[in-house]
Amino acid sequence: MISVAGISKSFGNKKVLDDVSFTVEDGEIFGLLGPSGAGKTTLIRVLTGQLCFEEGQALIMGKKVTELSGQDKKSFGIMMDDFGLYERLTCYQNLRVFADIYDVSDDAIRSVLSEVKLLDSEKKAVSKLSKGMKERLRLARALLCHPKVLFLDEPTSGLDPQTSSEIHEIIKKRKEAGTIIFLTTHNMTEAEKLCDHLVLLNEGKIVEGGSPKELCLRYNHQKTIEVHTEDGKVVSFEMGKEDLEKTAEMIAEILKDGNLSTIHSKEPNLETVFMELTGRKLEV
Amino acid sequence: MSEATAIFRKQILDTRKNKTVLIQFILFPIMTIVMTNAVKMDDMPELFYLKLFSIMYMAMAPITSMSAIISEEKEKGTLRALMMSNVSPASYLAGVGVYDFLACMIGTVTMSNFCGMEGRSWYAYLLVIASGLVISTILGAAIGVMAKDQMSATSLSVPVMCLFTFLPMIAQFNDTVGKVAKYFYTEQLYRALSDINNVKIDAEGLVIIIANALLILGFFVLAFRKEGLTRE
Repeated sequence: MISVAGISKSFGNKKVLDDVSFTVEDGEIFGLLGPSGAGKTTLIRVLTGQLCFEEGQALIMGKKVTELSGQDKKSFGIMMDDFGLYERLTCYQNLRVFADIYDVSDDAIRSVLSEVKLLDSEKKAVSKLSKGMKERLRLARALLCHPKVLFLDEPTSGLDPQTSSEIHEIIKKRKEAGTIIFLTTHNMTEAEKLCDHLVLLNEGKIVEGGSPKELCLRYNHQKTIEVHTEDGKVVSFEMGKEDLEKTAEMIAEILKDGNLSTIHSKEPNLETVFMELTGRKLEV
Repeated sequence: MSEATAIFRKQILDTRKNKTVLIQFILFPIMTIVMTNAVKMDDMPELFYLKLFSIMYMAMAPITSMSAIISEEKEKGTLRALMMSNVSPASYLAGVGVYDFLACMIGTVTMSNFCGMEGRSWYAYLLVIASGLVISTILGAAIGVMAKDQMSATSLSVPVMCLFTFLPMIAQFNDTVGKVAKYFYTEQLYRALSDINNVKIDAEGLVIIIANALLILGFFVLAFRKEGLTRE
């Protein structure tokens, strides 16, 4: 379990994390959703002991992050953009370096390379890999120690949909195996698809939290029903604004005429929720 | 496997493909072997090229290679990944430092053996070079720790390396420079090798070498305390 209470962190006069609190349960994918510069990476750095903080308390598996031992850190898998790879070495050799540190067998290296679909490229130098393959190798490195907690900082940023989808599948499998996954992203589709719980972070502050579905329902003010008719028209009914009886009659009429193609409620997505709360877009 | 051993193994794998570092280790041994064989004059002092290039090798190779290795790992973010995998700064520096020292010692043994050195005088020569390599390795590590990236490491290491390498050379032709150069460990080690078959270090030389070693160690400690290995 990860428990964060009232964490604040400043760089000079700029407060980058402001009274951040949340809890992550075991075997859960927790998302930190926010635009670039919101403080997501800083929070990962704080939680993994790379950065100290001024106020608050953060516990990982019952231990204060400021008191984590080397052995504790060996049970974390961390995938961050600025954690480089040895470009001259092959995929296998890159993992070999870390396998020596973690005392992990050759079989484990090949198993994790197979998991990220890089086994065929094990002898390829990293400098010759595509961006997607490099990201998968970074993920493989994070998975090598069989982590209890996996920190993923924008794991699919800039990747093609196919590679992103493959990475999502690996993340889900690790979750099923009981790993706590702490994910940062500015991609709302990724957050909706993967996260059990998430918080929206803006300028270092948590502005809202909950499951993606809860959040969308909580901010479903318009309660809109959208009807697509057979003759290609799209009719929207805002349940909060319009006369309910009149709306029911109109929908019934479309049904009677046999003109109904589809009918569904239209909830806001995480982007809309974020916009409503902060006035900012996520993907900036 | 200990973290330092893992780093040592990583360096062996990496240097095979890292031409910039590899050339530091093999350039002077090759030059010594080639020049010893190619240029032979009657009045040339015994093992002239071995003495000359040994001192250059001892001062240049560890400073440039250590600073290049550490600064590249900082710049590329691999050092951060290692630190987060529970590799302590001491283990990292020990792994890289021992590797660097041994690579230079292999070069030293090869070139001196090729030049025909053997017996007690060879061991004494190796001891002198080894002591210089240790000091230069620490100096290279200090520069690597101070530098934020490879470019700043080069900017820092080149003048330092030139100072320690060329001052003893210039001192042979200029007494004023000699008065300053005598306080450098490289000059004292060069003097120790003046009669390569009878290596001798006098008391003053020994004090200067130890003082240099302590000063450079202090410089390294200061640099490490100020910059750390992955400080933001």
